Amino acid sequence: MTSQANVSSPSTELAPPLRLSVWNWLRTQLFSSPFNTLLTILSVWLLFATVPAMVDWFLISSTVTAKTSQECREVTGACWSMIIEKHRLILFGVYPYEEQWRPLLATLILVGVIILSGVRRFWNISLPFLWIAALSSVAVLMWGGVFGLTYVENSRWGGLPLTLILSTFGIAFAFPLGVLLALGRRSKMPAIKTLCVVYIELIRGVPLISLLFMSAVMLPLFLPEGITIDKLLRAQVAIILFAAAYMAETIRGGLQAIPKGQFEGADSLGLTYWQQMRLIVLPQALKIVIPPLVGLFIALFKDTSLVVIIGIFDLTQAAKAALVDQAWRGFSVEVYIFISAIYFVFCYSMSKYSQSLEKRLGTEHQR
Amino acid sequence: MNHQDTPPAQPPRRRLSWNDPGVRSVIYQIFAVGIVGGIIWYLVSNTMHNLSVRNITTGFGFLSREAGFAIGETPISYTPADTYARAISVGLLNTLRVALIGIILATLLGTIIGIARLSKNWLIRKISSVYVEVMRNIPLLLQLFFWYAIISEMMPGPRKAYHPLPGVFVSNRGIQMPTLNGDGLTWLLAGVLLAIAAIFGLSRWARQRQARTGQIFPLLRWAIGLLVICPPVLWWFSGTTLSVEVPELKGFNFAGGMTLTPEFAALLFGLVIYTSGFIAEVVRSGIQSVGRGQWEAAGALGLKSTLVLRLVVLPQALRVIIPPMTSQYLNITKNSSLAVAIGYPDIVSIINTTLNQTGQAIEGILMIMAAYLTVSLSISVFMNWYNKRIALVER
Repeated sequence: MTSQANVSSPSTELAPPLRLSVWNWLRTQLFSSPFNTLLTILSVWLLFATVPAMVDWFLISSTVTAKTSQECREVTGACWSMIIEKHRLILFGVYPYEEQWRPLLATLILVGVIILSGVRRFWNISLPFLWIAALSSVAVLMWGGVFGLTYVENSRWGGLPLTLILSTFGIAFAFPLGVLLALGRRSKMPAIKTLCVVYIELIRGVPLISLLFMSAVMLPLFLPEGITIDKLLRAQVAIILFAAAYMAETIRGGLQAIPKGQFEGADSLGLTYWQQMRLIVLPQALKIVIPPLVGLFIALFKDTSLVVIIGIFDLTQAAKAALVDQAWRGFSVEVYIFISAIYFVFCYSMSKYSQSLEKRLGTEHQR
Repeated sequence: MNHQDTPPAQPPRRRLSWNDPGVRSVIYQIFAVGIVGGIIWYLVSNTMHNLSVRNITTGFGFLSREAGFAIGETPISYTPADTYARAISVGLLNTLRVALIGIILATLLGTIIGIARLSKNWLIRKISSVYVEVMRNIPLLLQLFFWYAIISEMMPGPRKAYHPLPGVFVSNRGIQMPTLNGDGLTWLLAGVLLAIAAIFGLSRWARQRQARTGQIFPLLRWAIGLLVICPPVLWWFSGTTLSVEVPELKGFNFAGGMTLTPEFAALLFGLVIYTSGFIAEVVRSGIQSVGRGQWEAAGALGLKSTLVLRLVVLPQALRVIIPPMTSQYLNITKNSSLAVAIGYPDIVSIINTTLNQTGQAIEGILMIMAAYLTVSLSISVFMNWYNKRIALVER
């Protein structure tokens, strides 16, 4: 009987209003049980042991004014003057020094087109043209040779613009290829389906490094004698082929989410296969897969760092190049932290964007 | 009943027509296969021509030649006088070793952090989400360089090595740990196997008893007890020797014990820390996918919170967790190929050396691809089998 009274009481009487005081917050959030209290104490101890030392190294004992590495070695904290000294090399590689406004502008264009692609007002037919315009102006800026710009061969490109170029061109060219592969994998024609499945699974089963090696050492053998493609372009091809396989799987997920009724409805309207895909299926499927596609772009952005291994001068390689200088030996951690911060800013903002997008698109579907 | 008597109507004779979808699809397919075949034929013929021009002989004959290069880490015995085949198998074993240890550690760490992100404790929640966001958004390669730089540049030399636990030394030569030696080791191992067998039997029995009587057997406590007690007891009765080998400073380096080289340690740290961020997210979303109603209903049945987790939530969460977890395991295996950047002798790095020496680029890359495809396929087959085992059985 007593238990019954206990159960029924909350329904008749309202629970007392929670007092939002600091004490209450502490009690519910940090000290709700003995185990929780233990966890809190442990993590406070952990923070206390690490954070002050890190802040000290980062800010308090660090130096930005040291002129030489000798002065840097005398301080106990981080030597940020190394970054200041080397920032042009790290950001733009060995691009001709007085022309470095060009990669800077190219970087801004690429970042701009990525941001614009995130704004929903631009999600229409103009977006592909925007991309074509942006990518071609980047190519013109980087190569030069026209409009009075001096020609810069692409073995001298480097740093952040190269990382951005490899990933944006990669995703832009992989997209149409990925759509075709995804459609092919869902096709009813056995030969086409088999070709697509074999391609997708083969690429997804091997690491990107093996594809990059392939582009570096095998691709020259594939081409007829006398024709050579430069290293950067070969790596870009490998990245596109790699991204296309992953893209295809993501888009296939979107295609599978389209109800059968949509296909049947399109059939009954008498649309041909391509009309069906273009007008009915793909617009819906692609909208569903936008958040995972952003995730794919983030992964690709990080993965382009692997071109270091075949000796292409991207952001990570530029960091290594900055470390080679004998005069500034021993400050690699500072450089790696600087590069990591650049990658982090790009990837974190994109992943936050993808999460907010998922929420907005998700509510639209629920009605 | 009438129509059965009449002879079946002759199907209309199919004529070859562009309007027939069947005919069209056959033509398309012939076309597609033709194009792909043509491209492949073109590339192969180019390659054959180029190889003959450069005087490179194809084939795997080079595998039995002497390798002539030294390898830093050899799980099986290897000298530069051994063949390329042996060198490559050393590389494969190194890849498998780092991938396997990485998978186990990343799963443990990732699960703990994933659960911590759902903790009631504000501080724990915040710390774990900062960890996840930072680790997931920095390229693995950069993390590997970072850890390698920390170990090889910022750690002190062997003479001033850090000494965090008795017998463990951290220096710029890697991490030294004590090992167990002697005949007793086999007996300890036998004890572990015995305990595992006993736990399997016990869990079967406990399940049957629970189905029969409804009584719950405290299996976890017994399992831990068996694992702790069995090996030492077995060793005690065997009467064999067991010695602890502690690494000691001899000259400029350590001798004895087990060494994690800076390369291996950096690769393992990087892989585990990077992937555990992803696994944490997988675990968190898996647990969150189980509706609140399930927790509440299980609570209403009077189950304790540990039992709710074990009997109600986890079986449902696992179904969501397993497929993305599989791709994380595949990622660890494939990402271990980044070893080549910091000089850990994995299969990619050794084949890279091999093809630089012999010029057998095609064979080398085919072998890398074959090795990864085999490993990837075996992991997916195993995980698919496990997924099927725990899948929801619908009526």
